[in-house]
Amino acid sequence: MKLKGLDYLNISEHFSDEEILVQHSVRDYVDSELQPIIEEHFKNGTFPAEKIKEMANLGLLGINLPNKYGCAGLSHTAYGLACQELERCDSGIRSFVSVQGSLVMYPIFAFGSDEQKENWLPRLASGDTIGCFGLTEPDYGSNPGGMITRAVKTKNGYTLNGSKMWITNGSVADVAIVWAKTEDEVIHGFIVETDRDGFDAPEMKNKWSLRASVTAELILENVEIPEENMLPGVSGLKGPLSCLTQARYGIGWGTIGAAMAMYETALKYANERIQFGKSISSFQMTQEKLVWILSEITKGQLLAMQAGRNKDRNVLRHQQISMLKRNNTWVARETARLAREILGANGISGEYPIMRHMMNIESVYTYEGTHDMHTLVLGDDITGIPAYR
Amino acid sequence: MKICVLIKQVPDTDSVIKISNDQKSIEMEGITLATNESDSYALEEALLLKEDQGGEVTVLSLGGESCQQVLKDALAKGADKAIHLDDDDYKDLDILSAAKVMVNVLKDKEFDIIFSGLQSDDIGNAQLGLIMAELLDTSHASLVMGTEILDEKTIKVKQELEGGWFQWSELDLPASITIQSGLNKPRYASLRGIMMMKRKPLESIKVSELNLENTSSKSFVHKLYIPQKTKETVFIQGSADQVVDGLIEKLTNEIKVL
Ligand SMILES: Cc1cc2nc3c(=O)[nH]c(=O)nc-3n(C[C@H](O)[C@H](O)[C@H](O)COP(=O)(O)OP(=O)(O)OC[C@H]3O[C@@H](n4cnc5c(N)ncnc54)[C@H](O)[C@@H]3O)c2cc1C
Repeated sequence: MKLKGLDYLNISEHFSDEEILVQHSVRDYVDSELQPIIEEHFKNGTFPAEKIKEMANLGLLGINLPNKYGCAGLSHTAYGLACQELERCDSGIRSFVSVQGSLVMYPIFAFGSDEQKENWLPRLASGDTIGCFGLTEPDYGSNPGGMITRAVKTKNGYTLNGSKMWITNGSVADVAIVWAKTEDEVIHGFIVETDRDGFDAPEMKNKWSLRASVTAELILENVEIPEENMLPGVSGLKGPLSCLTQARYGIGWGTIGAAMAMYETALKYANERIQFGKSISSFQMTQEKLVWILSEITKGQLLAMQAGRNKDRNVLRHQQISMLKRNNTWVARETARLAREILGANGISGEYPIMRHMMNIESVYTYEGTHDMHTLVLGDDITGIPAYR
Repeated sequence: MKICVLIKQVPDTDSVIKISNDQKSIEMEGITLATNESDSYALEEALLLKEDQGGEVTVLSLGGESCQQVLKDALAKGADKAIHLDDDDYKDLDILSAAKVMVNVLKDKEFDIIFSGLQSDDIGNAQLGLIMAELLDTSHASLVMGTEILDEKTIKVKQELEGGWFQWSELDLPASITIQSGLNKPRYASLRGIMMMKRKPLESIKVSELNLENTSSKSFVHKLYIPQKTKETVFIQGSADQVVDGLIEKLTNEIKVL
């Protein structure tokens, strides 16, 4: 079977039939149901909430988690391909799926009690319940270990105080995974229903990026939660970081999808746009740009594919995921500029998806560990010197 | 209800088609293959009937190894079984011969309904469902836009006639029915369905190993070519009313956008 769309190096042969069917199905769904509405949502700064149920029915929420929780139970590679297709439409859509699957369902699956898993995972998989992930704080972004949100032990549970910022899905979520420090300064994860007293999530407006994704602050003022809402399976920074590792893996595939969308737009445009009596694709400088993009996308596909294979064999190191996220997001960012150039003035127009992707990628470049932080993670890995401290 | 859906793999509609040097076939290199459009609607109609009435949906495709893709896609969407008639050493059968090959496999399976798409997007014979009905001695309806099971022995079908007219008729089962695109909304294969697909049976039968008589093709492709594009400007002259009438006439009957 063959992947749909760009596959310059014929990598299709390395994917199983299931993985390819996943790519086909998600792509067909995205092309027919999401592409026609995305521009409008982006323009209005709204998330297409009307599509949550469809996406859930398709199986996009918690793709790589087990069947028994109502999830599809597919390989990590299939999950990656789905992210690629979603982000080919818009990074905001992929962000929604990443947050729900990798940042909310994954920690409950990996660190939750049996009751927590049975209570939350099926509802999150069916899209009846929406989740968000609260790690970043106004004063602690790249350095989340410094967080000041507190969980103070009470007789029956914990009292949470603090605030979180830049939280995807925050104001539409029914449940938040909040990371906070207990009195012993150790980070723990808490499942916080957003209708609890003292919990507020004002939407952060005025974003020029990820406009089709909702971002909010989380304000926790003496929010009481019962003991059983703490995630028992993990403590310390590795809890939130391991969730981010899952999500970043999906981003590494997703950003290649965004780059593919821009490449396809630019190639088509270059073939059709006539200047000086011939198509601009017949000029060497245009060809050079297209070839650069094609080559980088192809390398990015190989990187993502091998990361997927490693992950499916459970041998993917988080530093390799840093390489994947860092490289492929950069490819998408550079692609945006080159594709924009190829489209000339039309490149800045909302008639084409280039500026939307270009603006989106700026968030993706920064969230889930900034580009530079991943550079330093890799630098640390090869030199043994952590330059970020 | 036992339903069979005949599914063909064809070049995806946005593929760029190039004709081979021998001018008898198209270059397959770089072509994405997909389920024939009206066959997707036929499958959806079968799945809806199964969900409503109970029963089983079998999908069948005749073609090379690659056509297992469309069968797997159908299994992922909810079909229960698939049969691949592998024509590797029996290629390019004409439509009558193709129907005979299929009948050879289907004749003892006692299907209540055989659905097929109205026509294939590549060759466009639009005859398979009709020939199947003849060879299997079942009732038949073409251009079907709606179905309703009345009882175990009868199906009611809505057919599209010319000029925007429709007709409902009742057919005895078994029936061979060809489906027109647009009567339902074909589902996407859910990711769970895709996971389940590999546990469903896909039987592959080599056409060369079937006991066939009388199946050699009687029609052959002589030459394939891409129609010449021509540009023609038509001036509609006369009074404003005449121009408007002329324009509406062209938009309705020639360009067919009204
Ligand atoms: C649209 C959007 C959605 C988001 N969604 C979520 C979410 O759902 N949940 C969540 O918890 N967070 C979320 N975030 C927050 C995101 O993870 C942070 O923005 C990110 O971690 C960076 O933190 P910061 O913005 O505070 O930047 P800072 O940490 O202040 O960094 C600013 C600059 O300094 C550089 N820098 C910082 N430290 C170092 C160092 N040691 N060495 C070298 N350079 C350094 C960075 O690379 C960057 O270039 C989201 C952000 C955005 C934009």
